[in-house]
Amino acid sequence: MKNKTKLPNIYLGIITFIMYVPIILTVVYSFNTSRITSIWGGFTLDWYKVLFQDHDIGIALRNSLILAVISCFLAAVIGTLGAYGMAKIKTKPNQIIGYLSILPIMIPEIILGMVFLAVFSFIGLPFGLTTLIIAHTTFCIPYVLLNVKARLVGMNRSLEEAALDLGASKIRTFFDITLPLISPAIWSGVLLSFAMSFDDVVISIFVTGPQVNTLPIKIYTKMKTGVTPEINALATVMLLATIILIFASYQVGKVGNHKKISKGE
Amino acid sequence: MKTKPQRSKLWLTLIPLYAITILFVLFPIIYMVVLSFMSRAKVWGIELDVTINNYKKILEPLYLNTFVESFKLAVISTLLVALIGYPFGYFMAKLSAKWKKRMMLLIMLPFWTSALIRLYGWIIVFRSNGTLDKILMGLHITDKPLKLLYSYPAVAVGMIYALLPFMILAVYSSAEKMDWSLVEAATDLGASRFTAFRTVTLKLTMPGLLSGIVLTFVPSMGLFFIADLLGGNKIVLVGSVIQEQLTKGRNLPFAAALSVVLMVLTTLIISIYRKVTHAEDVEGLI
Repeated sequence: MKNKTKLPNIYLGIITFIMYVPIILTVVYSFNTSRITSIWGGFTLDWYKVLFQDHDIGIALRNSLILAVISCFLAAVIGTLGAYGMAKIKTKPNQIIGYLSILPIMIPEIILGMVFLAVFSFIGLPFGLTTLIIAHTTFCIPYVLLNVKARLVGMNRSLEEAALDLGASKIRTFFDITLPLISPAIWSGVLLSFAMSFDDVVISIFVTGPQVNTLPIKIYTKMKTGVTPEINALATVMLLATIILIFASYQVGKVGNHKKISKGE
Repeated sequence: MKTKPQRSKLWLTLIPLYAITILFVLFPIIYMVVLSFMSRAKVWGIELDVTINNYKKILEPLYLNTFVESFKLAVISTLLVALIGYPFGYFMAKLSAKWKKRMMLLIMLPFWTSALIRLYGWIIVFRSNGTLDKILMGLHITDKPLKLLYSYPAVAVGMIYALLPFMILAVYSSAEKMDWSLVEAATDLGASRFTAFRTVTLKLTMPGLLSGIVLTFVPSMGLFFIADLLGGNKIVLVGSVIQEQLTKGRNLPFAAALSVVLMVLTTLIISIYRKVTHAEDVEGLI
Protein backbone atom coordinates (compact mmCIF):
# COMPACT_ATOMS: atom_id res chain seq x y z
CA MET A 1 0.00 0.00 0.00
CA LYS A 2 2.84 2.34 0.83
CA ASN A 3 4.23 2.36 -2.70
CA LYS A 4 0.89 3.26 -4.11
CA THR A 5 0.69 6.43 -2.08
CA LYS A 6 4.30 7.42 -2.64
CA LEU A 7 4.47 7.55 -6.42
CA PRO A 8 1.74 10.18 -6.84
CA ASN A 9 3.44 12.36 -4.24
CA ILE A 10 6.71 12.18 -6.11
CA TYR A 11 4.88 13.22 -9.26
CA LEU A 12 3.23 16.16 -7.48
CA GLY A 13 6.60 17.14 -6.05
CA ILE A 14 8.44 17.07 -9.37
CA ILE A 15 5.83 19.05 -11.30
CA THR A 16 5.55 21.62 -8.53
CA PHE A 17 9.32 21.94 -8.48
CA ILE A 18 9.44 22.54 -12.24
CA MET A 19 6.73 25.16 -11.84
CA TYR A 20 8.95 27.00 -9.43
CA VAL A 21 12.27 26.71 -11.29
CA PRO A 22 11.81 29.86 -13.38
CA ILE A 23 10.51 31.78 -10.38
CA ILE A 24 13.40 30.76 -8.16
CA LEU A 25 15.94 31.59 -10.87
CA THR A 26 14.44 35.02 -11.34
CA VAL A 27 14.72 35.74 -7.65
CA VAL A 28 18.27 34.38 -7.33
CA TYR A 29 19.63 36.37 -10.25
CA SER A 30 18.11 39.59 -8.94
CA PHE A 31 20.90 39.55 -6.34
CA ASN A 32 23.60 38.91 -8.91
CA THR A 33 26.42 41.42 -9.33
CA SER A 34 27.04 40.41 -12.91
CA ARG A 35 24.94 42.04 -15.60
CA ILE A 36 24.98 38.78 -17.57
CA THR A 37 22.31 36.66 -15.98
CA SER A 38 23.89 33.26 -16.37
CA ILE A 39 27.15 34.11 -14.61
CA TRP A 40 27.11 34.41 -10.84
CA GLY A 41 29.27 37.36 -9.84
CA GLY A 42 28.41 37.71 -6.18
CA PHE A 43 25.66 39.11 -4.01
CA THR A 44 24.38 42.65 -4.45
CA LEU A 45 21.33 44.80 -3.81
CA ASP A 46 22.28 47.31 -6.50
CA TRP A 47 19.53 46.27 -8.88
CA TYR A 48 16.95 47.09 -6.25
CA LYS A 49 18.49 50.56 -5.91
CA VAL A 50 18.28 50.98 -9.69
CA LEU A 51 14.70 49.77 -9.60
CA PHE A 52 13.51 52.11 -6.86
CA GLN A 53 15.15 55.06 -8.58
CA ASP A 54 13.42 54.25 -11.86
CA HIS A 55 10.84 56.99 -12.17
CA ASP A 56 9.02 55.43 -15.14
CA ILE A 57 8.38 52.20 -13.30
CA GLY A 58 6.97 54.12 -10.34
CA ILE A 59 4.53 55.90 -12.62
CA ALA A 60 3.60 52.66 -14.39
CA LEU A 61 2.96 51.00 -11.03
CA ARG A 62 0.76 53.90 -9.95
CA ASN A 63 -1.22 53.70 -13.19
CA SER A 64 -1.68 49.96 -12.80
CA LEU A 65 -2.92 50.33 -9.24
CA ILE A 66 -5.35 53.13 -10.09
CA LEU A 67 -6.61 51.13 -13.05
CA ALA A 68 -7.05 47.90 -11.09
CA VAL A 69 -8.77 49.56 -8.12
CA ILE A 70 -11.25 51.55 -10.21
CA SER A 71 -12.03 48.67 -12.59
CA CYS A 72 -12.49 46.21 -9.73
CA PHE A 73 -14.76 48.58 -7.87
CA LEU A 74 -16.92 49.17 -10.93
CA ALA A 75 -16.94 45.46 -11.74
CA ALA A 76 -17.93 44.62 -8.16
CA VAL A 77 -20.92 46.98 -8.23
CA ILE A 78 -22.11 46.15 -11.73
CA GLY A 79 -21.41 42.43 -11.44
CA THR A 80 -23.08 42.03 -8.04
CA LEU A 81 -26.20 44.00 -8.98
CA GLY A 82 -26.40 42.15 -12.28
CA ALA A 83 -26.07 38.71 -10.70
CA TYR A 84 -28.66 39.62 -8.08
CA GLY A 85 -31.13 40.94 -10.62
CA MET A 86 -30.65 37.97 -12.90
CA ALA A 87 -31.17 35.49 -10.08
CA LYS A 88 -34.53 37.12 -9.34
CA ILE A 89 -35.77 37.84 -12.83
CA LYS A 90 -35.31 34.95 -15.21
CA THR A 91 -36.26 36.05 -18.69
CA LYS A 92 -34.90 35.26 -22.12
CA PRO A 93 -33.25 38.68 -22.66
CA ASN A 94 -31.56 38.37 -19.28
CA GLN A 95 -30.22 35.00 -20.27
CA ILE A 96 -28.79 36.43 -23.48
CA ILE A 97 -27.21 39.40 -21.70
CA GLY A 98 -25.88 37.00 -19.08
CA TYR A 99 -24.19 34.98 -21.79
CA LEU A 100 -22.86 38.03 -23.59
CA SER A 101 -21.52 39.63 -20.44
CA ILE A 102 -19.19 36.72 -19.69
CA LEU A 103 -18.01 36.54 -23.30
CA PRO A 104 -14.99 38.80 -22.58
CA ILE A 105 -13.32 36.03 -20.60
CA MET A 106 -14.42 33.25 -22.95
CA ILE A 107 -12.81 34.54 -26.12
CA PRO A 108 -9.06 34.96 -26.68
CA GLU A 109 -7.88 38.23 -25.18
CA ILE A 110 -6.49 39.45 -28.44
CA ILE A 111 -9.95 39.65 -29.99
CA LEU A 112 -11.17 41.76 -27.11
CA GLY A 113 -8.16 44.05 -27.48
CA MET A 114 -8.79 44.35 -31.18
CA VAL A 115 -12.51 45.16 -30.91
CA PHE A 116 -11.91 47.71 -28.17
CA LEU A 117 -9.27 49.41 -30.29
CA ALA A 118 -11.65 49.51 -33.26
CA VAL A 119 -14.65 50.74 -31.29
CA PHE A 120 -12.80 53.36 -29.27
CA SER A 121 -11.34 54.88 -32.38
CA PHE A 122 -14.76 54.68 -34.02
CA ILE A 123 -16.50 56.64 -31.26
CA GLY A 124 -13.51 58.92 -30.95
CA LEU A 125 -12.57 58.26 -27.33
CA PRO A 126 -9.03 59.46 -26.64
CA PHE A 127 -6.82 56.50 -25.72
CA GLY A 128 -5.56 56.58 -22.16
CA LEU A 129 -6.73 55.83 -18.66
CA THR A 130 -10.44 56.14 -19.55
CA THR A 131 -10.26 53.56 -22.32
CA LEU A 132 -8.18 51.30 -20.08
CA ILE A 133 -10.78 51.52 -17.31
CA ILE A 134 -13.65 50.73 -19.69
CA ALA A 135 -11.81 47.72 -21.11
CA HIS A 136 -10.69 46.38 -17.74
CA THR A 137 -14.11 46.85 -16.15
CA THR A 138 -15.65 44.91 -19.02
CA PHE A 139 -13.40 41.91 -18.56
CA CYS A 140 -13.50 42.06 -14.74
CA ILE A 141 -17.31 41.95 -14.53
CA PRO A 142 -17.54 38.24 -15.51
CA TYR A 143 -15.35 37.18 -12.58
CA VAL A 144 -17.61 38.92 -10.07
CA LEU A 145 -20.79 37.99 -11.89
CA LEU A 146 -20.01 34.26 -12.09
CA ASN A 147 -18.86 34.08 -8.48
CA VAL A 148 -21.89 35.88 -7.10
CA LYS A 149 -24.25 33.95 -9.36
CA ALA A 150 -22.87 30.64 -8.10
CA ARG A 151 -23.23 31.83 -4.53
CA LEU A 152 -26.80 33.03 -5.01
CA VAL A 153 -27.80 29.67 -6.46
CA GLY A 154 -26.56 27.84 -3.37
CA MET A 155 -27.94 30.38 -0.93
CA ASN A 156 -30.65 29.72 1.58
CA ARG A 157 -33.51 32.02 0.69
CA SER A 158 -35.39 31.68 3.99
CA LEU A 159 -33.40 34.44 5.68
CA GLU A 160 -34.36 36.93 2.99
CA GLU A 161 -37.96 35.84 3.19
CA ALA A 162 -37.96 36.14 6.97
CA ALA A 163 -36.66 39.70 6.75
CA LEU A 164 -39.32 40.59 4.22
CA ASP A 165 -42.05 38.94 6.29
CA LEU A 166 -40.94 40.93 9.31
CA GLY A 167 -41.52 44.10 7.36
CA ALA A 168 -38.06 45.05 6.10
CA SER A 169 -38.01 46.84 2.76
CA LYS A 170 -36.47 45.16 -0.29
CA ILE A 171 -33.49 47.50 -0.19
CA ARG A 172 -32.97 47.02 3.54
CA THR A 173 -33.18 43.24 3.08
CA PHE A 174 -30.57 43.39 0.34
CA PHE A 175 -28.10 45.40 2.42
CA ASP A 176 -28.72 43.66 5.75
CA ILE A 177 -29.22 40.07 4.68
CA THR A 178 -28.25 39.31 1.10
CA LEU A 179 -25.11 41.42 0.84
CA PRO A 180 -23.38 39.95 3.94
CA LEU A 181 -24.22 36.46 2.69
CA ILE A 182 -22.78 36.98 -0.77
CA SER A 183 -19.85 39.16 0.27
CA PRO A 184 -17.30 36.28 0.28
CA ALA A 185 -18.23 35.62 -3.35
CA ILE A 186 -17.93 39.31 -4.21
CA TRP A 187 -14.54 39.45 -2.55
CA SER A 188 -13.16 36.44 -4.32
CA GLY A 189 -14.45 37.82 -7.61
CA VAL A 190 -12.80 41.14 -6.86
CA LEU A 191 -9.49 39.53 -5.91
CA LEU A 192 -9.47 37.50 -9.10
CA SER A 193 -10.40 40.61 -11.10
CA PHE A 194 -7.61 42.52 -9.44
CA ALA A 195 -5.07 39.86 -10.32
CA MET A 196 -6.30 39.74 -13.91
CA SER A 197 -6.38 43.52 -14.32
CA PHE A 198 -2.99 44.03 -12.70
CA ASP A 199 -1.50 41.33 -14.93
CA ASP A 200 -3.07 42.19 -18.25
CA VAL A 201 -0.80 42.92 -21.20
CA VAL A 202 -2.71 41.85 -24.29
CA ILE A 203 -5.80 44.05 -23.94
CA SER A 204 -4.00 46.98 -22.33
CA ILE A 205 -1.50 47.25 -25.15
CA PHE A 206 -4.30 47.93 -27.61
CA VAL A 207 -6.36 50.38 -25.58
CA THR A 208 -3.71 52.49 -23.91
CA GLY A 209 -2.55 55.82 -25.23
CA PRO A 210 1.02 56.86 -25.96
CA GLN A 211 1.41 58.61 -22.60
CA VAL A 212 -0.05 55.98 -20.30
CA ASN A 213 1.99 52.91 -19.42
CA THR A 214 0.81 50.20 -17.09
CA LEU A 215 3.32 48.06 -15.24
CA PRO A 216 2.84 44.93 -17.40
CA ILE A 217 3.23 47.01 -20.57
CA LYS A 218 6.40 48.53 -19.17
CA ILE A 219 7.77 45.12 -18.25
CA TYR A 220 6.83 43.73 -21.65
CA THR A 221 8.66 46.44 -23.56
CA LYS A 222 11.68 46.07 -21.29
CA MET A 223 11.68 42.30 -21.74
CA LYS A 224 11.55 42.64 -25.50
CA THR A 225 14.77 44.61 -25.47
CA GLY A 226 16.51 41.98 -23.40
CA VAL A 227 17.15 40.48 -20.01
CA THR A 228 18.39 42.88 -17.35
CA PRO A 229 18.84 42.26 -13.63
CA GLU A 230 16.57 45.23 -12.99
CA ILE A 231 13.64 43.21 -14.31
CA ASN A 232 14.69 40.39 -12.01
CA ALA A 233 14.52 42.77 -9.08
CA LEU A 234 11.13 44.07 -10.19
CA ALA A 235 9.86 40.53 -10.62
CA THR A 236 11.04 39.63 -7.14
CA VAL A 237 9.29 42.61 -5.60
CA MET A 238 6.06 41.75 -7.42
CA LEU A 239 6.40 38.15 -6.34
CA LEU A 240 6.74 39.21 -2.75
CA ALA A 241 3.65 41.39 -3.07
CA THR A 242 1.76 38.41 -4.52
CA ILE A 243 2.83 36.14 -1.67
CA ILE A 244 1.72 38.70 0.90
CA LEU A 245 -1.59 39.20 -0.91
CA ILE A 246 -2.29 35.47 -1.11
CA PHE A 247 -1.42 34.80 2.51
CA ALA A 248 -3.44 37.78 3.62
CA SER A 249 -6.48 36.56 1.73
CA TYR A 250 -6.00 33.04 3.10
CA GLN A 251 -5.92 34.48 6.57
CA VAL A 252 -9.16 36.32 5.96
CA GLY A 253 -10.44 33.10 4.47
CA LYS A 254 -11.38 34.78 1.24
CA VAL A 255 -9.63 32.53 -1.23
CA GLY A 256 -9.13 29.85 1.37
CA ASN A 257 -10.63 27.07 -0.64
CA HIS A 258 -10.60 26.13 -4.26
CA LYS A 259 -14.26 26.82 -4.71
CA LYS A 260 -13.48 30.46 -5.19
CA ILE A 261 -11.44 29.64 -8.22
CA SER A 262 -13.22 26.62 -9.48
CA LYS A 263 -16.92 26.96 -9.47
CA GLY A 264 -17.98 24.62 -6.72
CA GLU A 265 -21.38 23.67 -5.48
CA MET B 1 -40.95 30.54 -7.10
CA LYS B 2 -44.18 32.50 -7.06
CA THR B 3 -44.03 35.93 -8.57
CA LYS B 4 -44.14 38.66 -6.03
CA PRO B 5 -45.81 41.97 -6.70
CA GLN B 6 -42.94 43.93 -5.12
CA ARG B 7 -40.37 42.88 -7.65
CA SER B 8 -41.35 45.68 -10.01
CA LYS B 9 -38.27 47.82 -9.37
CA LEU B 10 -35.80 44.97 -9.38
CA TRP B 11 -34.96 45.42 -13.03
CA LEU B 12 -33.13 48.59 -12.03
CA THR B 13 -30.26 46.44 -10.75
CA LEU B 14 -29.75 45.09 -14.24
CA ILE B 15 -29.37 48.45 -15.96
CA PRO B 16 -25.60 48.86 -15.47
CA LEU B 17 -24.90 45.32 -16.68
CA TYR B 18 -27.16 45.76 -19.70
CA ALA B 19 -25.54 49.09 -20.51
CA ILE B 20 -21.96 47.83 -20.29
CA THR B 21 -22.72 44.58 -22.10
CA ILE B 22 -24.59 46.19 -24.97
CA LEU B 23 -22.17 49.11 -25.35
CA PHE B 24 -18.87 47.33 -24.85
CA VAL B 25 -19.50 43.69 -25.72
CA LEU B 26 -22.39 43.38 -28.15
CA PHE B 27 -21.81 46.56 -30.13
CA PRO B 28 -18.02 46.00 -30.50
CA ILE B 29 -18.60 42.47 -31.77
CA ILE B 30 -21.17 43.62 -34.31
CA TYR B 31 -18.82 46.43 -35.30
CA MET B 32 -15.98 43.93 -35.73
CA VAL B 33 -18.08 41.76 -38.04
CA VAL B 34 -19.13 44.79 -40.11
CA LEU B 35 -15.54 45.99 -40.22
CA SER B 36 -14.33 42.67 -41.55
CA PHE B 37 -16.37 43.26 -44.72
CA MET B 38 -14.89 46.70 -45.34
CA SER B 39 -11.67 47.52 -47.07
CA ARG B 40 -8.74 49.48 -45.86
CA ALA B 41 -8.35 53.14 -46.80
CA LYS B 42 -5.07 54.35 -48.28
CA VAL B 43 -3.51 55.59 -45.04
CA TRP B 44 -5.40 54.58 -41.93
CA GLY B 45 -9.06 53.92 -41.59
CA ILE B 46 -11.69 52.12 -43.53
CA GLU B 47 -13.59 52.51 -46.73
CA LEU B 48 -17.25 51.82 -46.99
CA ASP B 49 -17.47 49.21 -49.69
CA VAL B 50 -18.67 45.75 -48.93
CA THR B 51 -16.14 43.10 -49.83
CA ILE B 52 -15.16 39.60 -48.89
CA ASN B 53 -11.56 40.19 -49.87
CA ASN B 54 -10.40 40.09 -46.25
CA TYR B 55 -11.70 36.57 -45.90
CA LYS B 56 -10.21 35.57 -49.22
CA LYS B 57 -6.91 36.93 -47.99
CA ILE B 58 -7.03 34.60 -44.98
CA LEU B 59 -7.07 31.70 -47.41
CA GLU B 60 -3.78 32.82 -48.91
CA PRO B 61 -1.09 30.27 -48.02
CA LEU B 62 0.80 32.74 -45.82
CA TYR B 63 -2.14 33.38 -43.50
CA LEU B 64 -3.77 29.99 -43.80
CA ASN B 65 -0.49 28.52 -42.68
CA THR B 66 -0.51 30.74 -39.61
CA PHE B 67 -3.92 29.41 -38.68
CA VAL B 68 -2.77 25.85 -39.17
CA GLU B 69 0.41 26.48 -37.16
CA SER B 70 -1.48 28.17 -34.33
CA PHE B 71 -3.97 25.36 -34.30
CA LYS B 72 -1.19 22.78 -34.19
CA LEU B 73 0.58 24.54 -31.36
CA ALA B 74 -2.70 24.92 -29.47
CA VAL B 75 -3.46 21.21 -29.92
CA ILE B 76 0.03 20.15 -28.84
CA SER B 77 -0.01 22.48 -25.82
CA THR B 78 -3.49 21.40 -24.78
CA LEU B 79 -2.62 17.73 -25.12
CA LEU B 80 0.52 18.07 -23.04
CA VAL B 81 -1.24 20.24 -20.48
CA ALA B 82 -3.91 17.55 -20.17
CA LEU B 83 -1.30 14.79 -19.86
CA ILE B 84 0.60 16.64 -17.15
CA GLY B 85 -2.30 18.39 -15.45
CA TYR B 86 -4.83 15.57 -15.24
CA PRO B 87 -2.76 13.27 -13.01
CA PHE B 88 -1.72 16.30 -10.99
CA GLY B 89 -5.29 17.39 -10.27
CA TYR B 90 -6.32 13.79 -9.68
CA PHE B 91 -3.53 13.02 -7.21
CA MET B 92 -4.06 16.34 -5.52
CA ALA B 93 -7.67 15.48 -4.82
CA LYS B 94 -6.47 12.36 -3.00
CA LEU B 95 -4.22 14.25 -0.59
CA SER B 96 -5.13 14.85 3.02
CA ALA B 97 -7.05 18.05 3.76
CA LYS B 98 -3.98 19.74 5.17
CA TRP B 99 -1.83 18.96 2.13
CA LYS B 100 -4.62 19.89 -0.24
CA LYS B 101 -4.58 23.35 1.24
CA ARG B 102 -0.80 23.61 1.03
CA MET B 103 -0.77 22.37 -2.53
CA MET B 104 -3.47 24.86 -3.45
CA LEU B 105 -1.30 27.65 -2.06
CA LEU B 106 1.66 26.40 -4.07
CA ILE B 107 -0.38 26.39 -7.26
CA MET B 108 -2.06 29.70 -6.64
CA LEU B 109 1.22 31.52 -6.26
CA PRO B 110 2.42 31.06 -9.84
CA PHE B 111 -1.18 31.45 -11.00
CA TRP B 112 -1.47 34.86 -9.40
CA THR B 113 2.00 35.99 -10.37
CA SER B 114 2.24 38.04 -13.51
CA ALA B 115 2.38 35.80 -16.56
CA LEU B 116 5.16 37.98 -17.91
CA ILE B 117 7.33 37.44 -14.89
CA ARG B 118 6.87 33.69 -15.07
CA LEU B 119 7.85 33.75 -18.73
CA TYR B 120 10.84 35.85 -17.89
CA GLY B 121 12.16 33.00 -15.77
CA TRP B 122 12.00 30.71 -18.80
CA ILE B 123 14.01 33.20 -20.83
CA ILE B 124 16.74 32.84 -18.21
CA VAL B 125 16.49 29.06 -18.46
CA PHE B 126 16.47 28.84 -22.24
CA ARG B 127 18.77 31.61 -23.37
CA SER B 128 22.08 30.75 -24.93
CA ASN B 129 24.48 29.82 -22.15
CA GLY B 130 21.53 30.01 -19.80
CA THR B 131 20.67 27.66 -16.98
CA LEU B 132 19.63 24.72 -19.13
CA ASP B 133 22.73 24.96 -21.32
CA LYS B 134 24.91 25.21 -18.23
CA ILE B 135 23.36 22.07 -16.74
CA LEU B 136 23.47 20.05 -19.95
CA MET B 137 27.04 21.10 -20.70
CA GLY B 138 28.04 20.52 -17.08
CA LEU B 139 26.71 16.99 -17.32
CA HIS B 140 28.47 16.60 -20.69
CA ILE B 141 25.21 15.79 -22.41
CA THR B 142 25.83 18.54 -24.92
CA ASP B 143 29.04 20.34 -25.68
CA LYS B 144 27.76 23.63 -27.02
CA PRO B 145 24.81 25.94 -26.26
CA LEU B 146 21.57 24.57 -27.69
CA LYS B 147 20.10 27.96 -28.64
CA LEU B 148 16.72 26.93 -27.28
CA LEU B 149 15.39 30.43 -26.80
CA TYR B 150 13.44 31.60 -29.84
CA SER B 151 12.56 28.06 -30.84
CA TYR B 152 9.36 26.07 -31.13
CA PRO B 153 9.96 23.98 -27.99
CA ALA B 154 10.54 27.13 -25.96
CA VAL B 155 7.18 28.55 -27.06
CA ALA B 156 5.45 25.24 -26.33
CA VAL B 157 6.98 25.13 -22.84
CA GLY B 158 5.86 28.72 -22.23
CA MET B 159 2.31 27.89 -23.32
CA ILE B 160 2.15 24.73 -21.22
CA TYR B 161 3.56 26.55 -18.24
CA ALA B 162 1.15 29.46 -18.51
CA LEU B 163 -1.91 27.26 -18.95
CA LEU B 164 -1.19 24.29 -16.68
CA PRO B 165 -2.81 25.79 -13.54
CA PHE B 166 -6.17 26.11 -15.35
CA MET B 167 -6.16 22.40 -16.13
CA ILE B 168 -5.02 21.40 -12.65
CA LEU B 169 -7.71 23.48 -10.96
CA ALA B 170 -10.43 22.26 -13.30
CA VAL B 171 -9.55 18.57 -12.88
CA TYR B 172 -9.01 18.97 -9.16
CA SER B 173 -12.40 20.56 -8.60
CA SER B 174 -14.22 17.70 -10.28
CA ALA B 175 -12.02 14.97 -8.78
CA GLU B 176 -12.55 16.43 -5.33
CA LYS B 177 -16.32 16.30 -5.68
CA MET B 178 -16.13 12.71 -6.83
CA ASP B 179 -17.59 9.93 -4.76
CA TRP B 180 -14.59 7.64 -4.26
CA SER B 181 -16.75 4.85 -2.90
CA LEU B 182 -17.91 4.25 -6.47
CA VAL B 183 -14.35 3.33 -7.42
CA GLU B 184 -14.18 0.99 -4.45
CA ALA B 185 -17.45 -0.55 -5.46
CA ALA B 186 -16.10 -1.20 -8.95
CA THR B 187 -12.94 -2.88 -7.66
CA ASP B 188 -14.93 -4.85 -5.08
CA LEU B 189 -17.08 -6.14 -7.88
CA GLY B 190 -14.02 -7.45 -9.63
CA ALA B 191 -12.92 -4.64 -11.94
CA SER B 192 -9.19 -4.18 -12.30
CA ARG B 193 -7.77 -0.89 -11.07
CA PHE B 194 -7.38 0.23 -14.67
CA THR B 195 -10.93 -0.71 -15.62
CA ALA B 196 -12.23 1.00 -12.51
CA PHE B 197 -10.33 4.12 -13.44
CA ARG B 198 -11.50 4.07 -17.04
CA THR B 199 -15.14 3.34 -16.35
CA VAL B 200 -15.67 5.26 -13.13
CA THR B 201 -13.00 7.84 -12.34
CA LEU B 202 -12.38 9.09 -15.85
CA LYS B 203 -16.09 9.34 -16.51
CA LEU B 204 -16.78 11.28 -13.34
CA THR B 205 -13.86 13.65 -13.80
CA MET B 206 -14.62 14.17 -17.49
CA PRO B 207 -16.37 17.53 -16.93
CA GLY B 208 -13.24 18.83 -15.22
CA LEU B 209 -10.96 17.49 -17.93
CA LEU B 210 -13.14 18.94 -20.67
CA SER B 211 -13.38 22.36 -19.09
CA GLY B 212 -9.62 22.23 -18.56
CA ILE B 213 -9.21 21.55 -22.26
CA VAL B 214 -11.44 24.48 -23.17
CA LEU B 215 -9.66 26.77 -20.72
CA THR B 216 -6.31 25.77 -22.20
CA PHE B 217 -7.18 25.60 -25.86
CA VAL B 218 -9.08 28.86 -26.19
CA PRO B 219 -6.44 31.20 -24.79
CA SER B 220 -3.57 29.34 -26.43
CA MET B 221 -4.71 30.56 -29.86
CA GLY B 222 -4.30 34.17 -28.88
CA LEU B 223 -1.37 34.44 -26.48
CA PHE B 224 0.85 36.31 -28.88
CA PHE B 225 3.22 37.60 -26.25
CA ILE B 226 4.42 34.11 -25.37
CA ALA B 227 5.30 33.43 -29.01
CA ASP B 228 6.78 36.89 -29.17
CA LEU B 229 9.03 36.64 -26.12
CA LEU B 230 10.06 32.99 -26.28
CA GLY B 231 9.81 32.47 -30.03
CA GLY B 232 11.25 35.72 -31.31
CA ASN B 233 9.85 36.39 -34.75
CA LYS B 234 10.25 32.78 -35.81
CA ILE B 235 6.95 31.46 -34.53
CA VAL B 236 4.00 33.45 -35.85
CA LEU B 237 0.58 32.77 -34.39
CA VAL B 238 -2.84 34.13 -35.35
CA GLY B 239 -2.57 36.42 -32.35
CA SER B 240 0.73 37.78 -33.61
CA VAL B 241 -0.72 38.41 -37.08
CA ILE B 242 -3.70 40.29 -35.64
CA GLN B 243 -1.39 42.38 -33.53
CA GLU B 244 0.89 43.05 -36.47
CA GLN B 245 -2.00 44.03 -38.73
CA LEU B 246 -3.20 46.49 -36.12
CA THR B 247 0.09 48.07 -35.18
CA LYS B 248 2.40 47.82 -38.17
CA GLY B 249 0.11 46.92 -41.04
CA ARG B 250 -2.60 49.37 -39.94
CA ASN B 251 -5.10 47.13 -41.65
CA LEU B 252 -8.09 47.21 -39.34
CA PRO B 253 -10.54 45.35 -41.63
CA PHE B 254 -8.15 42.43 -42.15
CA ALA B 255 -7.42 42.22 -38.42
CA ALA B 256 -11.18 42.19 -37.88
CA ALA B 257 -11.64 39.35 -40.36
CA LEU B 258 -8.91 37.32 -38.64
CA SER B 259 -10.58 37.97 -35.28
CA VAL B 260 -13.97 36.91 -36.61
CA VAL B 261 -12.57 33.59 -37.80
CA LEU B 262 -10.75 33.07 -34.49
CA MET B 263 -13.90 33.92 -32.59
CA VAL B 264 -16.05 31.55 -34.63
CA LEU B 265 -13.54 28.78 -33.90
CA THR B 266 -13.60 29.60 -30.20
CA THR B 267 -17.37 29.77 -29.97
CA LEU B 268 -17.57 26.48 -31.80
CA ILE B 269 -15.30 24.81 -29.27
CA ILE B 270 -17.25 26.24 -26.33
CA SER B 271 -20.60 25.21 -27.77
CA ILE B 272 -19.32 21.69 -28.40
CA TYR B 273 -18.21 21.67 -24.77
CA ARG B 274 -21.66 22.81 -23.64
CA LYS B 275 -23.38 20.20 -25.80
CA VAL B 276 -21.21 17.42 -24.43
CA THR B 277 -21.34 18.36 -20.75
CA HIS B 278 -24.70 20.16 -20.60
CA ALA B 279 -22.94 22.78 -18.50
CA GLU B 280 -24.05 26.37 -18.60
CA ASP B 281 -20.70 27.92 -17.74
CA VAL B 282 -17.25 26.50 -18.25
CA GLU B 283 -16.41 24.81 -14.99
CA GLY B 284 -13.19 25.85 -13.34
CA LEU B 285 -13.37 29.28 -14.87
CA ILE B 286 -14.40 30.76 -11.57
